[in-house]
Amino acid sequence: MEVAMLVNLLAAGIRSGTPLLFATIGEIFAERSGVLNLGVEGMMLMGAMTAYGVSHATGNPWLGLLAGIIVGGFMALLHAFMTVTLRADQVVSGLALTFLGMGLSAVLGAPLVEVRNAPKLPAFPIPGLSQIPVVGPILFDHNIIVYIGFLLIPVAWFYIYRTRPGLNLRAVGEYPAAADTLGINVTRLRYYYVILGGMLAGLGGAALSLAITPLWIEGMTAGQGWIAVGLVIFAGWDPLRGAMGAYLFGAIRRLPLDMQNISFFLQHPTYGYFMNMLPYLFTIIVLVIGSREALRRRVGAPAALGVPYVREERGA
Amino acid sequence: MSVQSPPQPPPQTSTRTRLRLERRMEQPRWLNILAPFILIIAALLVGALLLSLTGSDPWLIYRRMASVAYGSKYGWSDTTIKATPLILASLGVSIAFRMRLWNIGAEGQLYMGAFLATGVALNVVPPESPMWLMLLTMGVAGFIGGAIWGFIPGLLKAKLNVNEIITTLMLNYVAILWNNYFIYGPWSERGFGLTPQFPRNAWMPRFTDYATAVPALRGVTAHFGIFLAFFLAIVLWVVWRWTKWGFEVSIIGDNPQAARYAGINLSRKIMVVMALSGGLAGLAGMVEVSGVVHRLQERFSPGYGFTAIIVAWLAKLNPLAIIVVSYLFAGLLVGADEIQPAGIAQLLQGVILFVVVGGDMMLRYRLRVTH
Repeated sequence: MEVAMLVNLLAAGIRSGTPLLFATIGEIFAERSGVLNLGVEGMMLMGAMTAYGVSHATGNPWLGLLAGIIVGGFMALLHAFMTVTLRADQVVSGLALTFLGMGLSAVLGAPLVEVRNAPKLPAFPIPGLSQIPVVGPILFDHNIIVYIGFLLIPVAWFYIYRTRPGLNLRAVGEYPAAADTLGINVTRLRYYYVILGGMLAGLGGAALSLAITPLWIEGMTAGQGWIAVGLVIFAGWDPLRGAMGAYLFGAIRRLPLDMQNISFFLQHPTYGYFMNMLPYLFTIIVLVIGSREALRRRVGAPAALGVPYVREERGA
Repeated sequence: MSVQSPPQPPPQTSTRTRLRLERRMEQPRWLNILAPFILIIAALLVGALLLSLTGSDPWLIYRRMASVAYGSKYGWSDTTIKATPLILASLGVSIAFRMRLWNIGAEGQLYMGAFLATGVALNVVPPESPMWLMLLTMGVAGFIGGAIWGFIPGLLKAKLNVNEIITTLMLNYVAILWNNYFIYGPWSERGFGLTPQFPRNAWMPRFTDYATAVPALRGVTAHFGIFLAFFLAIVLWVVWRWTKWGFEVSIIGDNPQAARYAGINLSRKIMVVMALSGGLAGLAGMVEVSGVVHRLQERFSPGYGFTAIIVAWLAKLNPLAIIVVSYLFAGLLVGADEIQPAGIAQLLQGVILFVVVGGDMMLRYRLRVTH
């Protein structure tokens, strides 16, 4: 009985952690290149709204997914232009991007709120594997988007730590001047990875509206974009730890729903508001842990994070 | 080749077209004066483009918004009502921004200020006590509520170097849920998402209350909170200009290293500044519940705390400019209330911030296309 509940919670955690996973890994790429993008929430919302709308209009959820990715990429392009080319403050530009995404998705998505049945991405229990007790339902009985998330984790890790382009990416974020002398085009790489980050955030939003909570309501991400930014710090800019964090958060987000039926909460429904605080409080706790560890292990943010690169000026 | 020829461009290794930024050595005077106007017009044009893409008629929307917000005495009254919390929250945010502390949590601080002020009005101060005592206690409580909510991220930043952007943001959500617990739980009126109405002496005086003496004020529902906002803006202006404390905060913002060498206690400053910043946002929450809604209720703020971030930035953290920009954005909020679809105000805020931030860099640098 208790095992069944735990299995349920873990499976739900992996499911609802998937949008967060995409957004977190996307932000890891952007920040690794030295650009902080606080617009994740806005990009996710635009991705979710566009994906849902396109899926509804065309009847094809995969086209919706693609549209969500593209829209996320375009929004990130705006941020890249502002921060890399115009060297505007990254915090302010990212905030502006979030405001823009929240407003634009609310305005454009207003008619979509009525639509309740846009085609969603298919569920795909893996034959055989999903029958294994305990492990099967946790890992192999999910919507197809969840497996795409599984695949992304090792790919992102391998790319960042074990390939030449990944080395260049890290160099650009740590010491752009040195990377520049080696013939690496700092500006171009920063554009690439900021856009990639936006595409993944858009994908995260699309995963939300096409599979995890298949509908569109304005502000449906409820701060997940911000949680992703926090998770990146907790993860120490490492996709493996980012994935762990995302799934953990997925489980915490599910807790209030799964606890609803416990008799205590049936008697005192208003205490549910405290349960709903958990993901946000937990983000703060996780940040404290991440920051302490960064101090202790002396691993920190990419050294050039937040600093525009100007070739003519001295700088690290 | 005896004729002086223009300097030849250096040989190019690449034939691609590229954008380059060059710092302007001196800014032309006319550009500095015209800049704000050019930027706002540009922002409205970009906004119009986006609005027409969504299928609305931007000129109609702009005209209606302007006439609703600034077209009459009552329009100005409504705009003032929204400008009041906006000025207070923006002043709060600007204190932290001066020190390059990114307090994104004004919305939560505002809710906590409103929460504590409500608690005092409903449960602590006897309802028959004089109005000045009631309002003063509520104001202090509102300030403290917001200050606590700002102090927590300040403490974490100062002692553990925890990123304040994320903590202030997360605490926004916590504050709103905390309020929801009280307005649906212990303080709820019949299970709705609101508390009982405050006693009359907890209502901030409104201009219309003096209509018997001055008939022109009839229907002007703006309240005296605006005087508090103006007063604190002037106080802050004096603090930045003439006090050592204000000078130190600005120094830390510009160059924390130098500040540390000068013997300024950084971590204490961080905590104090964050608490003050939150406290002003808490006052914004107090004036809103005391002057406008007269109770605590769900979503009583249309995102004042977030708009305050944009206002503070656009005003370049200057307290007097914050008043002007707040009136502009309050007008935007009032006008957008009347317009469908919802979300237009947020959309325009995002566009304005983008255009102004980008345009500002264009003024400081020159964009060169090279081949």
